Amino acid sequence: MSTLFDVFTYVTVSAGAFFFLAGSVGLLRFPDAYARLHALTKADNLGLALIVLGLLPHAGSVLAGLKLVVVWLLVLLSSATVSQLIARAQRRRETGS
Amino acid sequence: MTELVAGGVVLLLVALAIWIVVAREAFLAIAGFVAYGLLLSLVWVRLYGIDVAMTEAAIGGGLTGALLIGATSRLRGTEKAAWAQRCGASTRVVAFLVSAVVATTLALCVLLLPDPAPTLAPEVSADIAATGVGNPITAVLLAFRAVDTLLEAIVLVIALIGVWSLAADGFWGGRPGVRQRVDPDGIFAYFARVLAPIGVIVAVYIVWVGADHPGGKFQGATLLAAMWLLVLMTGIADAPPISRTSLRIGLVIGPLVFIAIGFVGALVSGAFLAYPDGFAKPLIVAIELALTPSLTLILGLLLAGAPERGAVP
Amino acid sequence: MPGRWCRGGSMADFLLAVATFILAMVALGLLRVKIGPDYADRMMSAMLLGSGCVAVLLLYGAATGMDGIIDVALTLALLAAFASIAFVHFGAARERNAADADNPG
Repeated sequence: MSTLFDVFTYVTVSAGAFFFLAGSVGLLRFPDAYARLHALTKADNLGLALIVLGLLPHAGSVLAGLKLVVVWLLVLLSSATVSQLIARAQRRRETGS
Repeated sequence: MTELVAGGVVLLLVALAIWIVVAREAFLAIAGFVAYGLLLSLVWVRLYGIDVAMTEAAIGGGLTGALLIGATSRLRGTEKAAWAQRCGASTRVVAFLVSAVVATTLALCVLLLPDPAPTLAPEVSADIAATGVGNPITAVLLAFRAVDTLLEAIVLVIALIGVWSLAADGFWGGRPGVRQRVDPDGIFAYFARVLAPIGVIVAVYIVWVGADHPGGKFQGATLLAAMWLLVLMTGIADAPPISRTSLRIGLVIGPLVFIAIGFVGALVSGAFLAYPDGFAKPLIVAIELALTPSLTLILGLLLAGAPERGAVP
Repeated sequence: MPGRWCRGGSMADFLLAVATFILAMVALGLLRVKIGPDYADRMMSAMLLGSGCVAVLLLYGAATGMDGIIDVALTLALLAAFASIAFVHFGAARERNAADADNPG
């Protein structure tokens, strides 16, 4: 059973790291701000989600597991809001000036 | 393996530090500074200072960044003039050399410390059971060196009065900052309404858990202050006028309770802030409960700034 | 007091390796702060840094089993959210002031 959990952790954490890679490369290579924002949110949402998922079997207690999920939800909420605001500000600056 | 993580963080920190010094605009330098604070908290974790890491993440990552960015937005008009008055290249080279010498000296002092380094940790571990708390940081801050914590709280109140003294004469007693007019259905307001209650719950948890695990009143108060500032920034609530009596009572109640407990200790146990046997834990909890709202108000008002409008909105 | 390694060495090594990798990715993302033409690009690097630090903290905490690292990650997530809103709020005010200063009347 524990080896099953270990394999699960290896796979999901690696997948999470891959999404962080995708987010960083996207941030550097995509042509304009909106596309970069799109790439970035993959790292924030999916990357962190997979990492949290992979660490859940190894959390010491239910409370620790709950805290892991809350951390992910908070990052999700703030990255979603800030992405919206960044995109809106960028749009305003492009059409205004 | 941990060395690899630590090495990576150190390289990143040095690169960021160079960026902060070299950046042309204050805004960019501050963005770098906030990033620096976040990475510094990783360093503290590596050095087994979890409480310090939490405080660094809270203050360095959040509050200081907001404070500096607020200051920058006021200074925007003078940036070009300030850049034109920068000192010449030779002065900067000398400054760099002096900084390098100081940094190298500090590094050598740390690296050449005797092994094991001089420390009071064994004495703390020997006596910590008497204080009733499990977290040695809390024991040192609120039991062994409680006087330092009391004086720090008083210094914060005085600093707040210093910030208030910057108000124009006509606005003394008024409200800090500008009234934010934000769409109540918009995303700013939504974000604050969702995040603030969660932040309050997490802050209370962190204050409570600080007795036996990393955490405590200062980190909790910083979180509460950040949530309050979020609510102020998004316009859901307005800043209170600084002449309000309940506000002023809230500001001083923490230090006053602390001082009162100190005098009780002087009467009962013979020394200021000595806790009577068996009462250490309840007194420590009482001090934390009294200090948390005071620290929250102080930190929040320090960032809100001096009053800029009258008491009536 | 060294951290307590509460699971097998290879799992902890793997988690720390992933943490190093994510730090490298965050460092790459920070290049945007230098190049990025717009204020929006720089904000995005900062956001990546925030999420990356949270990920590194969680991985480090799981690998070493030290007490309280998840609480640090929780604090960091909340304060990073607050700092980003402050940046956007003041940054927007700055842009408005800049526009007003450049186009008076």
